Amino acid sequence: MTADDLRNVIVGTLRRIAPEIDPSSIRPGVSFRDQLDLDSMDFLNFVLALHDKLGVEIPESDYPRLYTLDGAIAYLSAKTG
Amino acid sequence: MPSLGADMEAGTLVQWLKRPGDQVKRGDIIAIVDTQKGAIEIEVFEDGAIEKILVEPGTKVPVGTVLAAIHGAEQPGPKAPGLHIPAPATRTRVSPVAKKLAADLGVDLHAVRGTGPEGAITREDVERAAAHAAAPGPKGPALQPPGLQPPSGARPDMRAAIAAAMARSKREIPHYYLSTTIDMSAALTWLRAENEKRSIADRLLAIALLVKAVALGLREVPELNGHWVDGAFRKGAGIHVGCAIALRGGGLVAPAVHDADQQPVGAMMRAISDLVARARAGSLRSSELADPTITVTNLGEQGIDAAFGIIYPPQVALVGFGRVAERPWVVAGQVQPRPLITATLAADHRASDGHRGGLLLAAIDRLLQTPEQL
Repeated sequence: MTADDLRNVIVGTLRRIAPEIDPSSIRPGVSFRDQLDLDSMDFLNFVLALHDKLGVEIPESDYPRLYTLDGAIAYLSAKTG
Repeated sequence: MPSLGADMEAGTLVQWLKRPGDQVKRGDIIAIVDTQKGAIEIEVFEDGAIEKILVEPGTKVPVGTVLAAIHGAEQPGPKAPGLHIPAPATRTRVSPVAKKLAADLGVDLHAVRGTGPEGAITREDVERAAAHAAAPGPKGPALQPPGLQPPSGARPDMRAAIAAAMARSKREIPHYYLSTTIDMSAALTWLRAENEKRSIADRLLAIALLVKAVALGLREVPELNGHWVDGAFRKGAGIHVGCAIALRGGGLVAPAVHDADQQPVGAMMRAISDLVARARAGSLRSSELADPTITVTNLGEQGIDAAFGIIYPPQVALVGFGRVAERPWVVAGQVQPRPLITATLAADHRASDGHRGGLLLAAIDRLLQTPEQL
């Protein structure tokens, strides 16, 4: 998957959790929690949806690597090869 | 029309899911009702067959209105599901305070439904009516089935309902407040190890442990679990913990995890996760809103240290949790960094005293030190 594909998957997943999100306004280096008002339950659902969509295992210790858009794209690129 | 909380006075029947002649069992969802809290699935209270539907979709009716007649299996006569409140007397009774307040606020007393003795209009009823009248802007879409509805949090009528319930709480309930600091090392260490073993879908959040600890602690201090009704405390039939859930765009609901003291933490986590998802999608069930016996609020996500809450009447207690933060803590004479959380209790002094309230917080602390037993 290209970085653009991953970006679309990630943003699509976020929008299902928080429908009011404007994709163009997401700042890639800022944590989702801080800019999108996600709570820990939302974040858990985010990780679960990425797991279901991409078929990647995501241990809890790796959660911090998914906190930002840039971080999530880098982490998932490595995981999906 | 069942009452789904102290702040509800009417609901709009949106859709019937059963037809006359259909067999129903206690707990079946038979209808969808639109309320200030969004669309709610109405459960039937008894077994039987639907005999007659008495309220058509699109109709707004006060709490206590019979929605349908159910022909019970064991009782021959038609029975009504839900709460049965006698029809208001033809001559409206109004307390003098309410009469004056209505004049001051410009509220038409003929349009106010009384909740006092024999349907008397009380000061609270007038205030509620005024809050409704003052709610600005358009109402939420009343007639859409759940799922098509935008997040219900932005609804002005929900704001008014919260305002009425919280104002009543602060006016009537003599709150006392306690707080304690709890070392979460054991709980979080156990949680991390447990989550390593669990698949993503089964992983736990700390809130599941916190709610379980509150529920078990309430077994030891039952006078904090229940309702204050007609000047006396009524112990809850079970420990049904209302979980305060913020809705996107504003607003709040606190549906119950039923029999929370009996749920293993995995089931507790699924129950909370399910409540959050359905609260935000607008598809809660009537029993979840009607019967919490205590509320837990967890505002730690916003980075606050402690939450001192306002009790949701007629409940008599609310437990608040702040964030978990690493702080210096003295263990065996040594200062160590430890993940700490502040637990608070707001309780009704009519139903309990600070000493007993303190025992609940102490029990929650003690229970969280042996997370494997939760």
